[in-house]
Amino acid sequence: MHKVYTNIIQIAGDVITVEAEAIGYMEIAEVTARRGISLAQVIRIDGKKVSLQVFAGSRGISTGDRVRFLGHSMRVSSGDDLLGRIFNGSGIPLDRGPALSNNLIDIGGPAVNPVKRIIPNKMIRTGIPMIDVFNSLVESQKLPVFSIAGEPYNELLARIAVQAEVDIIILGGMGLKYDDYLFFRDILKEQGAISRCVFFIHTAADPVVECLLVPDISLAVAENFALAGKRVLVLLTDMTNFSDALKEISITMEQVPSNRGYPGDLYSQLASRYEKAVDFDNAGSITILSATTMPGDDVTHPVPDNTGYITEGQFYLKGGVIEPFGSLSRLKQQVNGKTRSDHRAIMDTMIQLFSDYRSVLEKQSMGFQMSLWDKKLLKYGKLFEEKMMSLKVNIPLEQALDLGWQIMSDCFSPEETGIKRSIIEEYWPKS
Amino acid sequence: MQDKRKGEIIKINGNMVVARTSSFVIQNEVAYIIHGQERLKAEVIRVRMNNAEMQVFENTAGLKVGDGVEFTDELLSVELGPGLLGQIFDGLENPLPLLAKECGFFLKRGIYIDALRNEDEWDFSPLAKPGEIVLAGAKLGFVPEKAFKHYIMVPFNLKGSLEVISVVSTGKYNFKQPIAQLKDSLGKIDEVFLKQRWPVKIPIQAYTEKLKPTEPLVTKMRLLDSLFPVARGGTYCIPGPFGAGKTVLQQLTSRHAEVDIVIIAACGERAGEVVETLKTFPDIIDPRTNKPLIDRTVIICNTSSMPVAARESSVYTAVTIAEYYRQMGLSVLLLADSTSRWAQAMREMSGRLEEIPGEEAFPSYLESRIASFYERAGVVKLRDGTTGSVTIGGAVSPAGGNFEEPVTQATLKVVGAFHGLSRERSDSRRYPAIDPLLSWSKYKSFIDEKQEEKGHYILRRSNEVFQMMKVIGEEGTSLKDYIDYLKGEFFDYVYLQQNAFDSVDEATSQERQVYVFNFIYEILESDFNLADKEKALHFFQQLRQLMRTWNSSQWKTDEFERLEEEISLLLEEKREEPKKNA
Repeated sequence: MHKVYTNIIQIAGDVITVEAEAIGYMEIAEVTARRGISLAQVIRIDGKKVSLQVFAGSRGISTGDRVRFLGHSMRVSSGDDLLGRIFNGSGIPLDRGPALSNNLIDIGGPAVNPVKRIIPNKMIRTGIPMIDVFNSLVESQKLPVFSIAGEPYNELLARIAVQAEVDIIILGGMGLKYDDYLFFRDILKEQGAISRCVFFIHTAADPVVECLLVPDISLAVAENFALAGKRVLVLLTDMTNFSDALKEISITMEQVPSNRGYPGDLYSQLASRYEKAVDFDNAGSITILSATTMPGDDVTHPVPDNTGYITEGQFYLKGGVIEPFGSLSRLKQQVNGKTRSDHRAIMDTMIQLFSDYRSVLEKQSMGFQMSLWDKKLLKYGKLFEEKMMSLKVNIPLEQALDLGWQIMSDCFSPEETGIKRSIIEEYWPKS
Repeated sequence: MQDKRKGEIIKINGNMVVARTSSFVIQNEVAYIIHGQERLKAEVIRVRMNNAEMQVFENTAGLKVGDGVEFTDELLSVELGPGLLGQIFDGLENPLPLLAKECGFFLKRGIYIDALRNEDEWDFSPLAKPGEIVLAGAKLGFVPEKAFKHYIMVPFNLKGSLEVISVVSTGKYNFKQPIAQLKDSLGKIDEVFLKQRWPVKIPIQAYTEKLKPTEPLVTKMRLLDSLFPVARGGTYCIPGPFGAGKTVLQQLTSRHAEVDIVIIAACGERAGEVVETLKTFPDIIDPRTNKPLIDRTVIICNTSSMPVAARESSVYTAVTIAEYYRQMGLSVLLLADSTSRWAQAMREMSGRLEEIPGEEAFPSYLESRIASFYERAGVVKLRDGTTGSVTIGGAVSPAGGNFEEPVTQATLKVVGAFHGLSRERSDSRRYPAIDPLLSWSKYKSFIDEKQEEKGHYILRRSNEVFQMMKVIGEEGTSLKDYIDYLKGEFFDYVYLQQNAFDSVDEATSQERQVYVFNFIYEILESDFNLADKEKALHFFQQLRQLMRTWNSSQWKTDEFERLEEEISLLLEEKREEPKKNA
């Protein structure tokens, strides 16, 4: 039988402490308060004193309320029944559909044995040249979008999700604005993708503890699909909110903060989520795309900084476009040698020329005179920004490569690009 | 046998568990938590009254107050013996491929597998004879392991002079069969097996003396070997922001370094990177031995999502295995990526223990722990007169790429060379992105000292001019200064930068480095007949192009010599009479 306790001896922040016996660490309990029933999770045990974080928040909980321990850790229902459904961070339906309780799986499961991973080798095509051509996304990659608040990072994530050739899309929303949630829902519905989506949504108005569960619950469900051979794309937005929730709880628990108030284990906490991205030997895969907003556009802020050390590259979203400098896909070398023989040449050359264009812009702004070469670069830069960088562009990789040749031949002679002769002969547009 | 000492859990906080016991407790001994059918490994890290505070090497979910604890009397130890090479272990020396066989995709907690399989048989040949007097670490015989003679040594924990009573004859033995018997001064007989155990946090000291590291360790990376060399038995660190290429640098070193054995400690980093090493090393042939690289490699892998406490122990496991092979007279390189994650593991534990925090919440003993880890490197003179070495190279991941943070600073105090990576260099695609103006080394390079100094000088000078040009523009710079700037850039471009994707350029032998450096030195020392800046720029660009092609030509082939001639011709055309007498 489940154990019920009524002696809550402390309520601080969203953490309550109750006197209880024989409780398992990380066990789940139901707290029945006047406002309703909420789940809570054990986060510290000291003799008889058991501390729990209450998912729905501690507001309104009285010291006389009932705490009923369920004897297991946090679980979530899994499988095809979830497709097309929307839940909150504790797995409770938000879409008026029935609650699910079949195929329960533990969340926050153990790490994958590295020897059961394979070297990622499949490209995910997104139709965005700045990604496909210059920083290819690879199946099983973990990649954040770094941006300041206000940039269209959610639009970017949604677009990639809709266009990527994956079997299942899981959206984990943390501290999401309600209209952003509606935006995701509507766009996926419009594009007919909703039937292969699962949503776990924590909005900015929801209790902070629930935010902490979103990545774990999303990734547990994803892992279950991947083990069944499915290719899963997980979108996590925004991981900075997740980190801030971690900060809040750890301060409540009187942990010594390390850097700007964040707990010392921020790196491990983020890593244990991101490392769920995997390409299983003989099964499916999990790819993680996340949004990480950078307070004050500061990449050395603890959240983007720790994230950068964990993930396999990052996309910088700045001024509504993916910035070619600073953006990096660490896995691109695994796939871009197998697409088309001019892919790497285009990738390197166009970026080099674009970097030259940037320095010419600087020179121009300082009032120096423009040489003939400078003028060519200025023309090139404008075309590049318009036809390649704009997020409005939506073309397959091959077309984007052709476009690259077109732009270069509009501005330069073949030698000026410095591309190897054999590739020029094959691809340079003949006019 | 005496009853096991027991206790029971009274407190759980993350991976820190406190057990109460009525018996004595040994600091740093291993204990097992009994939870139903599971036995979870833990290490005692603080004792207070009757309470043993332990870090648990596994996820603690589900543990309860009242769960039993068994103390083992043994400090956290690893198995040492033939069969370690080519293996991949977790931080506690569990072989990961066998774990995968047993548990499938995921790492299941509480499953521990012996590093060396008892039933494996090895061809033993004796060296010692009955009646000989030996000390700990003396070679009793050997077995062949991959390309090496793996010496079976007197266990390091035996004290004083020991008399060899018997040694088995040549033949096949497994780990359970004793291969020798030794008698100590008190007449106690010890049996010796093919494997022995050693506590990881204690250095192995079965040698006569520690020597000064002087011999250069060739990594085949020009920037390192020529300007910021590492010595055999020395230490170095590579701090750098994310994306600057720490891991690529470590991977290249693990492939090309001229050492006998490489131990890779993947400590709290991405699993994907370990997978790459794991899957590619069996197919890369080591030119020194003509055997696959994996045969000289041991991987200790505790990636970022594996339990944190085992991350802390993984670097110790790695260095202990390195010391073990050093005892055989081999030269071992330990690459730890990244020591910051190891330091963070200490920080997490320290936080749970509610210790008074130091800077950025790192524990106050951070510096001494880092120092004692790097101090385990060294060249040692073994008791049979041969030498062995452990070289340690640690990557550091400073928060925000800022080298002022505690881990980088503590590391800089104790290492012999500093290879600082800079974001600027990696952004401008200058690889390896080691900043030559920032880095230093206390070791001696195989490059002539005067030439090396010139190399450093021209880089500094070039940077000075570059900074000046930013203010006064190219127009305001004198031709002489401008040429110095070009020389520095040229040196950087054709010598310091190396293309990791070019099969020739990615590794440069010592012989070639000395030759090419000398060639470049002559260029740096020469005055050229260049009319104006545009001509100078053009000349150096031409030179640069040729030198780069030269870099990717095989050493001492016809092509190599043809290109050298072409470059010399170009130089002769513009050279004014040389400043110094050649």
